[in-house]
Amino acid sequence: MERRTLFNGRLLPAVLVLPQLAITILFFILPAYKAFAESVRATDAFGLHTSFVGFANFLHLARSNLYQHAMIRTGVFCVAVTVLAMAAGLVLAVFADRAIKGRAIYRTLLIWPYAIAPAIASVIFVFLLQPQIGLITNLLGRLGIDFDYATNGGQAFLLIILIAAWKQVSYNFIFYVAGLQSVPRSVIEAATLDGARGFHRFRTMIWPLLTPTTFFLIIVNFVYAAFDTFALIFALTAGGPGTATETLVVKVYRDGVINLDLGGSAAQSVILMAIIVGLTAIQFRYTGKRAVS
Amino acid sequence: MATLELQGLAKRFGKTTVLHGVDLALTDGEMLVIVGASGCGKSTLLRLVAGLEEPSAGRILLDGVDITGRDPARRDIAMVFQNYALYPHMSVFDNMAYGLKLKGMKRPEIARKIEEAADTLGLSALLGRKPRELSGGQRQRVAMGRAIVREPKLFLFDEPLSNLDAKLRVQVRADIRKLQKRLKVTSLYVTHDQIEAMTLADRLIVMHEGRAAQIGAPTAVFDKPADRYVASFIGEPAMNFCSATLIAGGTAARLDAGPTVDLPDGARAGADDTRITIGIRPQHALLSTGADAMPLTVELIEPLGSETLIHGRLADGSEFMLRVAGPAPAAETIKISLPAHYLHVFDAESGKRLEPLTPALSAPAMP
Ligand SMILES: Nc1ncnc2c1ncn2[C@@H]1O[C@H](COP(=O)(O)OP(=O)(O)OP(=O)(O)O)[C@@H](O)[C@H]1O
Ligand SMILES: [Mg+2]
Repeated sequence: MERRTLFNGRLLPAVLVLPQLAITILFFILPAYKAFAESVRATDAFGLHTSFVGFANFLHLARSNLYQHAMIRTGVFCVAVTVLAMAAGLVLAVFADRAIKGRAIYRTLLIWPYAIAPAIASVIFVFLLQPQIGLITNLLGRLGIDFDYATNGGQAFLLIILIAAWKQVSYNFIFYVAGLQSVPRSVIEAATLDGARGFHRFRTMIWPLLTPTTFFLIIVNFVYAAFDTFALIFALTAGGPGTATETLVVKVYRDGVINLDLGGSAAQSVILMAIIVGLTAIQFRYTGKRAVS
Repeated sequence: MATLELQGLAKRFGKTTVLHGVDLALTDGEMLVIVGASGCGKSTLLRLVAGLEEPSAGRILLDGVDITGRDPARRDIAMVFQNYALYPHMSVFDNMAYGLKLKGMKRPEIARKIEEAADTLGLSALLGRKPRELSGGQRQRVAMGRAIVREPKLFLFDEPLSNLDAKLRVQVRADIRKLQKRLKVTSLYVTHDQIEAMTLADRLIVMHEGRAAQIGAPTAVFDKPADRYVASFIGEPAMNFCSATLIAGGTAARLDAGPTVDLPDGARAGADDTRITIGIRPQHALLSTGADAMPLTVELIEPLGSETLIHGRLADGSEFMLRVAGPAPAAETIKISLPAHYLHVFDAESGKRLEPLTPALSAPAMP
């Protein structure tokens, strides 16, 4: 049942919602409005002259090869990060669910990466992977693999996928552990007595029962990979070498802040906003439905 | 169809011993009901047989073959769980088909078997539904159907009726019994409901704190409970117990409440003045006006319709319950008598039943 608290008068409720309202307006509505406003204008590099250009910024993006490439790159990045992070989270969760001894320690350790700030995570990986002095770079060098993410675009792209996925594994792990725990033990036992074992039992019994969790995580991971990896990528490669690691959010920053194309950058932001609204709507729709039934 | 034998089956969880070595043999097609208070280890025993827990000691033989260490998936045993444990994402049909597919059965064969079972259980119209679209009673039947289509060697039931309302329970209880008799599948059935136990069982095993207190036919357990625990557990309302001492060479007892009762079926072992407990079921004690009647101070009267329960206290302060036909007499103190052939005699200390010494047994013991 829904809980409702009733207040007398109007002042108290107004005062109570004010801080949240202020934050929302200051950090969400206002920037969003600014982005909309800028996206239909063109401003010169010095910010001295602004003119209304209608949808020109958007049309320009639609025709831009660079933008299309960034879009495809982001798509590949999101899919790769989502698949990797979810698969790893699921495998670890399945093992954690089976572990009898040291279960609590195991779980706690696996949750740690999530608590690391994205930029710090990048710094840690820089220590390990720095082209000249990195620990892993040296190991790979001995194996005859020339690793240099600063000049090799493919390697750089692979690297940000791995780090982004690594950071998200904990999150998926937590949700999958919870998901596995909500699968009734007697259902699994009944399947066992019916003759199901091992992977077959997982595929026909556990995996289908994890569907709501999986669906939720797909959306969350996608949103994470698309929007939440800016700090991580920027600290590591800043979108380079070239545009090898330039996902859409990185491009917004580069075009707007570095190349000072405010209108184009704002138009990109508006597109990103539309995407995130769409994804959130999908998630609400489906997870909302499940919660009711 | 199979025989099942348990030899010294024991289970410990860490330091606590839940089962202290249970020995049991089921003949082919037998329905054995395990009954006992909550926490006495009934489910644990069942789970050991199913292979869902590993025994700490002992052996399990199915059809004479030792299956103690065998993978539960390879035991050919079906279990009906208390919460039914239906596969929530599968239709009723798929719930029943799951085990058959795993056996490698062909599709048409599976469909035929399921239709047959659905027919028996009245599930034919529900085969396409998901478990969440079923009522409790329907779910229970699906769980039954899932067990019977597999034609396993052994059925295990863990309180399959406890989630049904009282009326449905009586009906499903009868259905289960009929079905089990027709299919002749050897079954172990756990319940804490003694009426369920009495009506379903070929034989009963009364468990108490991880031990089999008594194994026998329901009437045998009811008529000759092996100890005070069984006597108080089986039978509703529970048996009355009166402290007493043995007199007259074991052929009579003097109740602490006053009167002396004869033990006409034979003398009990033990010197005079041995402390014993006399038991009698509430429906067996009688209202009386005779000379040997003893007074009962009435404390509570519960009319049950055609019968009445009278709660009261005897002269020595012990509680006593009486079930009489018709209404209770309107008096604060009534007189009751204990018919001799309904008396149960237990050792006061060990609680074990004291049987009359037969002539053979009362002969002087060999040195
Ligand atoms: N996995 C376990 N670890 C530790 N103790 C357990 C475990 N499973 C059961 N026990 C203990 O074993 C005892 C017997 O449990 P069991 O489930 O067999 O009881 P039961 O007779 O089926 O009771 P009920 O009628 O309440 O279902 C209980 O005291 C319980 O606490
Ligand atoms: Mg139980």
